Amino acid sequence: MRIGIPRESRPGETLVAATAKTASQLAALGYDVVVEQGAGAAADQPDGAFADAGVRVVAGDEVWSSDVVVKVNAPTDDEIGRLRPGATVISLMAPARSPELVERLVAQGVTALAMDAVPRISRAQSMDVLSSMANVAGYRAVIEAAHEFGRLFTGQVTAAGKVPPARVFVVGAGVAGLAAIGAAGSLGAIVRAFDVRPEVAEQVESMGAQFVTVDMEQEVSTDGYAKEMTAEQEAATAAMYAEEARAADIVITTALIPGRPAPQLVNAETVAAMRPGSVVVDMAAANGGNVAATVRDQRVVTDNGVTVLGYTDLAGRLAAQTSQLYGTNIVNLLKLLTPGKDGVLTLDMDDVVQRGIAVTREGELMWPPPPVQVSAAPAAPVAETGPGVPAPVEKTPPDPRRRLYAAGLAAVAFLALATSAPVSFLPSLTVFVLAVVIGFYVIGNVHHALHTPLMSVTNAISGIIVVGAILQAPVDNLAVQLIAGVAILLASINVFGGFLVTRRMLNMFQKG
Amino acid sequence: MVSFVSGAYILAGLLFIFALAGLSKHETARRGNAFGMAGMGLALVATLLLVLDYLTNDLIADKASIWVGLAIILVTGTVGAVIGIRLARGVEMTGMPELIAMMHSFVGLAAVLVGYNTYIEVASFGGHADAVHNGEVFIGVFIGAVTFTGSVVANLKLSAKMKSAPVTLPGRHLLNLGILVASLVLMVWFMNADGWSGLAPLVLMTILALVLGFHLVAAIGGGDMPVVVSMLNSYSGWAAAAAGFMLSNDLLIITGALVGSSGAILSYIMCTAMNRSFISVIAGGFGSDGVVSGEARDYGEHREIQADEVAELLAGASSVVITPGYGMAVAQAQYPVAEMTRKLRERGVDVRFGIHPVAGRLPGHMNVLLAEAKVPYDIVLEMDEVNDDFPSTDVVLVIGANDTVNPAALEEPGSPIAGMPVLEVWNAHDVIVFKRSMATGYAGVQNPLFFKDNTQMLFGDAKDKVNEIVAALDSRVGVS
Repeated sequence: MRIGIPRESRPGETLVAATAKTASQLAALGYDVVVEQGAGAAADQPDGAFADAGVRVVAGDEVWSSDVVVKVNAPTDDEIGRLRPGATVISLMAPARSPELVERLVAQGVTALAMDAVPRISRAQSMDVLSSMANVAGYRAVIEAAHEFGRLFTGQVTAAGKVPPARVFVVGAGVAGLAAIGAAGSLGAIVRAFDVRPEVAEQVESMGAQFVTVDMEQEVSTDGYAKEMTAEQEAATAAMYAEEARAADIVITTALIPGRPAPQLVNAETVAAMRPGSVVVDMAAANGGNVAATVRDQRVVTDNGVTVLGYTDLAGRLAAQTSQLYGTNIVNLLKLLTPGKDGVLTLDMDDVVQRGIAVTREGELMWPPPPVQVSAAPAAPVAETGPGVPAPVEKTPPDPRRRLYAAGLAAVAFLALATSAPVSFLPSLTVFVLAVVIGFYVIGNVHHALHTPLMSVTNAISGIIVVGAILQAPVDNLAVQLIAGVAILLASINVFGGFLVTRRMLNMFQKG
Repeated sequence: MVSFVSGAYILAGLLFIFALAGLSKHETARRGNAFGMAGMGLALVATLLLVLDYLTNDLIADKASIWVGLAIILVTGTVGAVIGIRLARGVEMTGMPELIAMMHSFVGLAAVLVGYNTYIEVASFGGHADAVHNGEVFIGVFIGAVTFTGSVVANLKLSAKMKSAPVTLPGRHLLNLGILVASLVLMVWFMNADGWSGLAPLVLMTILALVLGFHLVAAIGGGDMPVVVSMLNSYSGWAAAAAGFMLSNDLLIITGALVGSSGAILSYIMCTAMNRSFISVIAGGFGSDGVVSGEARDYGEHREIQADEVAELLAGASSVVITPGYGMAVAQAQYPVAEMTRKLRERGVDVRFGIHPVAGRLPGHMNVLLAEAKVPYDIVLEMDEVNDDFPSTDVVLVIGANDTVNPAALEEPGSPIAGMPVLEVWNAHDVIVFKRSMATGYAGVQNPLFFKDNTQMLFGDAKDKVNEIVAALDSRVGVS
């Protein structure tokens, strides 16, 4: 089958659905891959690079008549018209918000797969374009902010005075938020972050930022006051946003609610209270924005000198990287769709991933897909308490006094034994007991790496039994002498072998 | 002369204590070994002097048998030394566990022989030794015999001449207990027997003890071998101490007790590391009576990766942790791993090793293998030292380890390895697992790690794969 990679038609689009590298990976799956002339020009993928990778660079018509067309943006009406009936088109589609597009695809009789509808299950993560693009966008948001910000990010003490580090406040710790935290942190800024999901605090902290919590009375009641609590919580959260935003030099907002306009988190009053020169990057601008002053795709400077960026093409500003990631997501999807690696695309509607992204199949409407259980994790606790698996037995902690009693009993038993033993036995016993205690303390803090040499040296030392055998060798009984000889032989193997092998091992250990 | 020898024995005992103390740190380890050799040399010289002294006093009337004895000592001692030196020179570091297990069996057998000798010496005079002395002989032979067969089985299992799976006979705990009780009865009989009449209980007990040693270790699976080997080490010490009691030789008692208690402590450390009671390891049968949970559970699908992609990932990482397991030893992959480590460190990548306390088949096995391949020991860290660092680690390479990196130990209370501390590799950004296939680890437990989002599997022989990565790293140097 032939895969066509067209040039994106959206004005200003820089991305391409395959780079030279991913195109050759597609070819390795058995496909005949063709790329439209100039498709990758804006993403540092000149036609020559494709040609070098063994991919044919052709005119638009041949691309659009391919069996499979892979794009970044949703196909326009005009482009859908160029598709062969029965062809497959793969791109971002936002099918839930674009009913006309879905209608057109049905009418054309094509199979349409929406990359942005990949279910968020672990297996499908390698195809999740939204994650890969959000990651790049989060990074770029920090770079844009740094570009607008008139100061250094990192704190320094110089001969010309002290430079304070920039304070960055990130709202929303999804993929984009975490990427922004990482980028800002590695530039040297002090990063604080907030998310309404308290469970992400750990992820935020793992990226080196401080997780902001909302201070409020935690009078949690479970019986009917939920609504008022929410209102109170909202007020407290709003106050926190205002406080954090005013203290920050850079504010990056990434808060999105699936299927709804973005919530407004930073109001005009807060922006007006920010210091001149501060920068706000609103990554939710495409969905209405988290900040009052945001204008989609525009750079706005407020009266008090705060720059508000509403760019929606942040990922596209790193065209080469984003195209590479998008292309890899596509390769992973096609690996799934090409089980035979024979260049034949087969859709398996029983597979949740393939079912989830299918918008139309040869003109048949498939959208919306049945809901997908996102994670197997919720099922696990059920299984654990299910009838098949016995519940773990709660171990009652042993009574601490039990140990004391046992020690007391042992002491009494020992005294009884010692009293009944002949006096000549006791000096040996004394030596024995003391040596046991010494052995215990000497070994207690051995370095773990030396366990093997320790074992081989103690092994050599336990060859001391040779002394016993030697003392038996001169007695006037030939049988005893011969048996002693065998014992000496065995024990001396231990003595010499053990020490030498220990020395050999120890000589290997060296410091770097 | 006897006083001189006693003094020398005390010095030798002190030197042995210094030897063990020195072995607890890298800086002093070599000195410790030298102390041990000096102690042993001193003890041997003093003992020979004592034997020569028999020529001048009248303790042994028959001077000819003293000369015969001296000849036997020199001949057998020399032969033993030659064999020992050859073994020490020739052994592969991966074969270390087998060698140590074999050497334990020598001490065990020597203790049995010394015990029999002590008995024969007394019995051939037709005399009646006191009950305590007889008891000492009996216990010495018992421990020696258990150590002997136990070590032989351990050696066979470690060298794969015997299946490493636990042999679980029905009622095996009762069988062990029965042997112990029977031996106690025989001991009472033996303690009160005169002359040669004690031979029957002694021989009977020896046979029982040999069976016990065999059965004890046969019932313990390959995964518990580190504990078994150090336990046998401990036994060989107790056997020497028992010999010391029967010969009234303080040096043997001191040394045996040192070795015995240090081996016991080491076993205890191992058991704590596996979060299992010492008794349950000794009783054996790990993984056979536990409920193998989650076998039928759907863990999802694993993702595969190729060697060149791993090389790419490593080259781009700033911190890498390698967690080796027994599989690295089996594949003899320590040299390529060391080579890869060196290359990555040259590129400024922070490479460290995380060693689980029970990785391998011998305590500290991995450390010896890595040291052999010249990996600097200060980047080889213990589990506790490295566990907190995983969240800030870019790539973890799991080479031939399975159960020691299994998150089920912490997450699934029903799992047979539940509660065992493990290397929490899954907290790292990327985890690469080197494995031959998707088969389960020693404990027979499926490893959810393989199905985590950030885990990728690299299938094949660990040595070949690491070599491929090294080659890919080299070719990248050429490009950039």
